[in-house]
Amino acid sequence: MKHIAIIGNGISGVTAARHIRKLSDHKITLISTETEYFFSRTALMYVYMGHMKQEHIQPYENHFWKKNRIDLKLGFVSRVDSDNKKLIFSNQEELVYDDLVIACGSKPNKFGWKGQDLDGVQGLYSWQDLELMEKNTQSTDRAVIVGGGLIGVEMAEMLLSRGIKVTFLVREKRFWGSVLPKEEGELISRHILSHHVDLRFETELEEIIPDENGRVKAIKIKNGEEIKCQFVGLTAGVSPNTAFLKEGAIDLNRGILVNEYLETNQPNVYAIGDCAEFHQHPTGRKNLEQVWYTGKMMGETVAQSICGNKSAYQPGIWFNSAKFFDIEYQTYGWVWAKPKENEAVLYWEHTNGKKCLKLIYDKNDLSFLAANVFGMRLRHKVLDRWIKFKVNIQYVIDNLDEANFDPEFYKNNFKVIRRSFNENIRNHSIIA
Amino acid sequence: MTQIDKDIALVSGPPKDINNLQKIATIIGLSGLMILVLAAFNVNFPNKGIWLSIALGAIAAGIILFSKGAYGDKQEGIKNDGVWFKSISSRGFVGWIAGILMTGFYIVLYFYAGLLGLNPEGENTGVIALFDPLSRVLSGNAASQWFVYGTLYTVAIIAFGIKFMWKYRHNRYERLRTFSVMFFQTGFAFIIPELMARLNSDSFKLPYYDLKNVWPLNYYNFEQYRVDDMISAGNIGIGLLIFGVASILVITPIMTYKYGKRWYCSWVCGCGGLAETAGDAFRQLSDKSTFAWKVERWVIHSVVVFVVVMTTAVVSTYLGYDDQKYWLTKGTFLIGVVALLTILIGLLFFFRREELKKDAKVGAIGYFVIILAMIGIHYSTGSKIFMFEAETLRSTYGFLIGSVFSGVIGTGFYPILGNRAWCRFGCPMAAIMGMQQRFFSKFRITTNGGQCISCGNCSTYCEMGIDVKAYAQKGQNIVRSSCVGCGVCSAVCPRGVLKLENGDDAGDSRYDSDPITFGNDGVKLNM
Repeated sequence: MKHIAIIGNGISGVTAARHIRKLSDHKITLISTETEYFFSRTALMYVYMGHMKQEHIQPYENHFWKKNRIDLKLGFVSRVDSDNKKLIFSNQEELVYDDLVIACGSKPNKFGWKGQDLDGVQGLYSWQDLELMEKNTQSTDRAVIVGGGLIGVEMAEMLLSRGIKVTFLVREKRFWGSVLPKEEGELISRHILSHHVDLRFETELEEIIPDENGRVKAIKIKNGEEIKCQFVGLTAGVSPNTAFLKEGAIDLNRGILVNEYLETNQPNVYAIGDCAEFHQHPTGRKNLEQVWYTGKMMGETVAQSICGNKSAYQPGIWFNSAKFFDIEYQTYGWVWAKPKENEAVLYWEHTNGKKCLKLIYDKNDLSFLAANVFGMRLRHKVLDRWIKFKVNIQYVIDNLDEANFDPEFYKNNFKVIRRSFNENIRNHSIIA
Repeated sequence: MTQIDKDIALVSGPPKDINNLQKIATIIGLSGLMILVLAAFNVNFPNKGIWLSIALGAIAAGIILFSKGAYGDKQEGIKNDGVWFKSISSRGFVGWIAGILMTGFYIVLYFYAGLLGLNPEGENTGVIALFDPLSRVLSGNAASQWFVYGTLYTVAIIAFGIKFMWKYRHNRYERLRTFSVMFFQTGFAFIIPELMARLNSDSFKLPYYDLKNVWPLNYYNFEQYRVDDMISAGNIGIGLLIFGVASILVITPIMTYKYGKRWYCSWVCGCGGLAETAGDAFRQLSDKSTFAWKVERWVIHSVVVFVVVMTTAVVSTYLGYDDQKYWLTKGTFLIGVVALLTILIGLLFFFRREELKKDAKVGAIGYFVIILAMIGIHYSTGSKIFMFEAETLRSTYGFLIGSVFSGVIGTGFYPILGNRAWCRFGCPMAAIMGMQQRFFSKFRITTNGGQCISCGNCSTYCEMGIDVKAYAQKGQNIVRSSCVGCGVCSAVCPRGVLKLENGDDAGDSRYDSDPITFGNDGVKLNM
């Protein structure tokens, strides 16, 4: 029986712990400095908006951990002594492990803006961030959000639910421009605007201006304009939370460097989830994957390796999802912000401007590559199969109903979509 | 950081405030209610018809205007902002006051109708007298406390139904379902039975029959006075009697096989109708713990056993002492009941052994043996009805289950236990359909591959206390006996993970799960 220590009780660490327990009798210690019990990080916004309380966003009941013999330990690991297989905590306590899984997650990016550490300026990642946001927004009239990505739009929705006016600074020409193609980015931008967010494109933060108490009172943007505000949300992405490893022997780049088996350069030390950075990603995707689902998959994979079934991280077809105010988003396969050379694009948008479907296929062999969908739900298993087996785009168009996952009785638009796509495909082939 | 785990102290924030339109709506609604309260305290209104119309109209208008204030200027979408900040919906002070008032109302209604002005001997007084004009228009008779209750119940379902449809106006499933319960309540539960009462004369008498109210929810449906009425009312009466039996033995199994129990619980049923409309604001209060689930299984199935024993006892009693009058003899009836139960238990154990948890097996066999023993004792001795008098069983059931559980606790405690406490812990109809839904039905809630983010919205807003995310995060379909198919888990899911579906078959594939996140191709399983 080995002792497995896991640093971090987010989705990656918890998934690893659960699967190690399923596969073995090893002693498991799950360490966190954030909260005693695992909670769903993606649900923090709902606590602030009053949809749920802390207990509701905890995926397992409190007795689950004891029943599954997963020891929970609250504490801050200040150093990893991988030579002696030892963790040293901030209170000098020590813990000896046989295998170590680091799943310590991320922290919000700060790009050295002037005033970024003032009172009332914060990111949103941890439970403590949420508590701080609760405190910071008690008497806020206007807030400014810096960074047009997923956390930014969530923060905008949170603040609006409390009647706080929001100015949203986005560096690109449209919302989430680094990820979303033009049409989809514009669709979501319109929706954000329709919620009365003061959304500003191609706008960058110059500095954050304090009042006499060291609290934010305004921000200045690059063109010199000042915007009065009592709260600034920094949501320009996250980066691995690896400060505590700086002194140790574990190789770091932006994250903790791992091979395809999620092994670091130190024996018996693994890294998974947000904090892990591949030397080279097994499927050629980006080397840092800071997504719920990939964290879950890495947890499952590392559990296999630790329990004697050495497994490489091999995620299948990419998928992701999000919700922007009232519009749900799902993506399957890889939709690039700008289509690749070999890619052809089919795009349909509902006349209400709140629904769209984009299909990407290979111009050369007409195989289906990827899909973006907004305001509709598609069936993951069907899309996964179509992409994996490179089915012909015409087959996809003809069989869209099979992929429908909208609730019963919803009016679907597949007839119109089919007509539009068939027409487009003819045009594509004429041009080709 | 000494107390990392503490809940955030939420002291302010606009989501719990109400706007001006909502304030006006509150005044209008409460003034309507005030008229009824004054009448209850024996203020004698002239022109009762007009005052009743004003009161009911003001209540309905208040509710609908309040909804307009809440949703009118918002975009389509999920409207749960501030649910856990508002006192009424988070077991706060207002919630407790509402619970106590409603419980009080039910106690008076069931046990002290005289306080409301009921006078079966002569003229009604009080609030019941206020309803006399409406009752006369419909059935021709003076009002009873049940007529007052039925009217308020219907007004509540219609007004709060409009609120619910407004709230979920982007969701066609919710709109249609709500329209359906509004229709069945108004037509089947309220108007038709009152009009049927008009047909009654000295020579022709039908029992008050809400056709959608199926035994065992309608536990008194086969009591002697009703059966006698139906038999004596010729073909129409016999038709009703056959319909009553067919409702539970033919229609219910077929519909539940095809669509799950939702066809009844959240599309037709009156209890469900009130829970889904007036009770919607309290759905998040249901207890999601595995402990509550365990209590639920034992309590609700005990109620089923109780109602089966009670009904068998009552029916066999009158079949016994008046055996010239009925086509069915007591002996045949009892053998029929035993045969039916044996077949059902046999089917369950033959086809679905693997799906039965240990306590389900213990419970099913234990209760089966107890029922057989009671019927056996009765059949051999003949004189005593089971071990108790049938009448004692009947009145005890009526008091404990029919009144206290379904009414006082089931509805009165909405703001404390959630809106489906009766449906979840007590309703024998729900339990019977639930067993079928769990084992022999095409219905399931499908989980969409690996898309679940364990956020907890589905579980939180499940009125039946099902921990939906426990299944969704494992990539497992939700096949649970208690699910009433309200569709709200699917609606509140931010990632499009849940879909209520009737599959192609009722086979084993319903129970499948993904042991590894769907889309993770690296892990080869040989578990």
